[in-house]
Amino acid sequence: MSSAEPDGQRAWHEIIRDVLKENNVRLATYVPDNVLSPLIRGLHADPFFTTFCCAREEEAVGVATGAWLGGTLGVVLMQTSGFATLPNVLASLAVPYQIPLLMIISERGTLGEFNLGQAMVCRTMRPALESMGIENHTLRRLDEVAFVVDRTVSQAVSTQAPAAIILNALLTGGKVEKKREV
Amino acid sequence: MPESNERKVMSRADLTKRLVSKLRNEEAVVGGIGWTNFELWGAGQRPQNFYMLGSMGLAFPIALGVAIAQPKRRVIGLEGDGSLLMQVGALGTIASRNQRNLVMIVWDNGAYQITGGQPAATATVVDVVGLARASGLEKSFWAKDEAHFEQLVDRALSEEGPFFIAVKIDSAKPAATTHRDPVQIRERFMRGLGVREAI
Ligand SMILES: Cc1ncc(C[n+]2csc(CCOP(=O)(O)OP(=O)(O)O)c2C)c(N)n1
Repeated sequence: MSSAEPDGQRAWHEIIRDVLKENNVRLATYVPDNVLSPLIRGLHADPFFTTFCCAREEEAVGVATGAWLGGTLGVVLMQTSGFATLPNVLASLAVPYQIPLLMIISERGTLGEFNLGQAMVCRTMRPALESMGIENHTLRRLDEVAFVVDRTVSQAVSTQAPAAIILNALLTGGKVEKKREV
Repeated sequence: MPESNERKVMSRADLTKRLVSKLRNEEAVVGGIGWTNFELWGAGQRPQNFYMLGSMGLAFPIALGVAIAQPKRRVIGLEGDGSLLMQVGALGTIASRNQRNLVMIVWDNGAYQITGGQPAATATVVDVVGLARASGLEKSFWAKDEAHFEQLVDRALSEEGPFFIAVKIDSAKPAATTHRDPVQIRERFMRGLGVREAI
C-alpha cells in the first residue's frame, strides 16, 4: 500500500517521513522548531535521508537548491518565523531559477499563540507565499497528510516550482503556554 | 589594522582566470552575487558554472548542496567578503559536515563594491580566514601572492577538503557582465553536471 492512502495508524510526522521517502526526497535541512522535533528526529534516525541543521533558513534553502542542481531532491523544515526570513532568497533564487524547493513549515502564531511577536510574524506568511505565486497547502487533518504531501512533492518536481506545506496546530497540537493561575 | 589583514592585493579577474584554467575534471563552480560571478562569466563559459543573480551570501550553501549531491565531483564556491559576512554561519555547517569535495574561495576587497564600495568590516577588523578557522575549517589559508594562490588551488583540487582560500583583491571593475537568464543558467548547469539531457 502506498502512503498516499490513509491508514490511521501512523502519526503525522511518520506519514510525512514515509511519503518523502517514497518520493525520493533524500536531503533534509532545517533550523530547529519544537513542534517539528519528532519529524526531525525521525529523519535523522533514517539513513535514507541526509539530515542536518543549518544556522539560518536561507542557508538551508541554498543547500537544498544546490542539491537539486546536482540531482538530489531535498526539503527544508522551519517554523513560521524562519519562513519570514526567506522572501529574498525565494524571489531571487528558488522562483526565478525554477527550483522545486519543498518547504515544511510548522505554523506558530495562531490557535492559542501566547507570544504576540509570533502572531504578527504568522500573518506575513500566506501573503508572502501568495505574492510570489508559491503553491501552498495547510494541513489540519491526519487523513489528508499523505495525499497532500505526496501530490505537493510530485507537482513541485513536475512544474519545477517551489511549494510549501504548512502544519497547523489542528494537526500537530502546536505549542501552548503552560496554564497558570489568573 | 590587524597585521593579518595586510596582504598582497591581487586582481580578481586574473585569479579567476588562473582558477578556471586549472579545471580539467568538470569541477562545478558556483559564483556569488555581483562582480564575483561577472568575473567567472568573463573567465570563459563552462557548462559547470552557476551564476547567482541574487540570494546574497548563498554561494557556499549552494556549493555545499551540489557537493552533497555529487560527492565524486569537486565543487568550488566563489564568494565576496560582504556576502560571506551575511551568511557566516554556513562555515560552521560545512565544517560540521566535513564536506571533503568542497572548496571555498573568498575575494576580499574589504568592501561592498558593487553597491558603491562602502567599506565592510573586513577592511579593518575582520579576518575571514580567522572566521573560517574559528568555525572549524582547518584547511583555511590566505593566498600570499599569485603563485601561492595557484599552489593552494592545486592542493584543494587534489587533497581532501573542505578548503577555504581567501585573497585580498583590488577594486577593478569586471570587463564582462553575466547574461541574466536564470532558467538558462540553471538548465545549462544541470546539463553540465549530467543531471539533465537536452530535449
Ligand atoms: C539581502 C541583500 N542585501 C543587500 C543586497 C545589495 N547588495 C548586492 S551585492 C552587495 C555587495 C556584495 O558585496 P561582496 O560580496 O563583498 O561583493 P563585491 O561587490 O565587493 O564584489 C550588496 C550589499 C542584496 N542584493 N541582498
